[in-house]
Amino acid sequence: MKELFLLFYYFAKIGLFTFGGGLAMLPMIKKEVVEKNKWATEDEIMNYYAIGQCTPGIIAVNTATFVGYKKKGVLGGIFATLGVVFPSVVIIVIIAALISNFSSISYVQYAFSGIRVAVSVLVFDAVIKFIKSGVKDKITFLIFFVSLILALIFDVSSIYLVLGGILLGALIGERGKK
Amino acid sequence: MNLFILFFEFFKIGLFAIGGGMATLPFLYDLAGKYPEFLSEQMLADMIAVSESTPGPIGVNCATYVGYNFAGIFGGVIATLGLIMPSIIIILIIAKALDKYSESRFVKNAFYGLRPVVASLVCCALVSILKSAFLPRISTLSESFNIKQIIGIIEIPAVILFAVLFAVTRKVKIHPIFIILLSAVIGVIFKFQPVL
Repeated sequence: MKELFLLFYYFAKIGLFTFGGGLAMLPMIKKEVVEKNKWATEDEIMNYYAIGQCTPGIIAVNTATFVGYKKKGVLGGIFATLGVVFPSVVIIVIIAALISNFSSISYVQYAFSGIRVAVSVLVFDAVIKFIKSGVKDKITFLIFFVSLILALIFDVSSIYLVLGGILLGALIGERGKK
Repeated sequence: MNLFILFFEFFKIGLFAIGGGMATLPFLYDLAGKYPEFLSEQMLADMIAVSESTPGPIGVNCATYVGYNFAGIFGGVIATLGLIMPSIIIILIIAKALDKYSESRFVKNAFYGLRPVVASLVCCALVSILKSAFLPRISTLSESFNIKQIIGIIEIPAVILFAVLFAVTRKVKIHPIFIILLSAVIGVIFKFQPVL
């Protein structure tokens, strides 16, 4: 019971400080899940993110469910997930109910322009980690590079890139590894 | 609005929106078309602004906001639960399967090909967030803009803050929460430009 509560608590904390979507959440996950509680390794988190990209739903929720399940089974998955969405639900309901023009308040806008810079720094960190864990040889570099060009310049949907990556991995993974 | 229908509508969105919170938007516009008495396109535009300027996953913020407008606090909770239910079920099934097959050659090879793709997708996310942080006024440029104009609208204070934070976090470990709060305060003090 105590562990379920801890899952809820730490994922609520992560949810409260996630700005700008699931990717920006990675540094918080690393701090609270990998370093502090040791619920999962960094490698496992990378895998969860990868799976979260190609399954339906929100990446933050998918990752929470994975970590919770790993720690405490089905109930753990549910508690961690409810934790990660809890702060948003409370905050949005308050804003929807009380403040009709929240996002046009100038102080809110200044603060969030500042937060965007913080999130850039945090995501930059995430990028370095993902490249380190994913790009290990010529083949993975090629996959990374082509996928980056396709997504950035040709605006190819991530779902095709993800499926392509899985397919290529399954076909050539054997020879790609030493 | 029947709460059961509300749950079901968001369950459908959770099931079919793949690739993160922004992927829920087209479905929400559909919903606005279906129930114009509860949800207008203007409300959706407000919702996106609110969701991006509050903490939490964007998809969850949207669901709560829309659900609240349909049926009050209960509506917000029900819509959010509807949205996350399919992911929970699917991920629990995958997690169980991974437990069993994580050592299989196929799964290992699939991850080998998948990880560089995910790395490239994270790069794309970085590019778009850097654009909104450094070039908040890029939408004000005309179609035929040139490099000079782009340089002209770079938000210098944001670039300086980025460089300082980046350099400091290389040297010292700082909790992400502190970095976020500090940047919010600096943004208010120096009046950082909002995105136009």
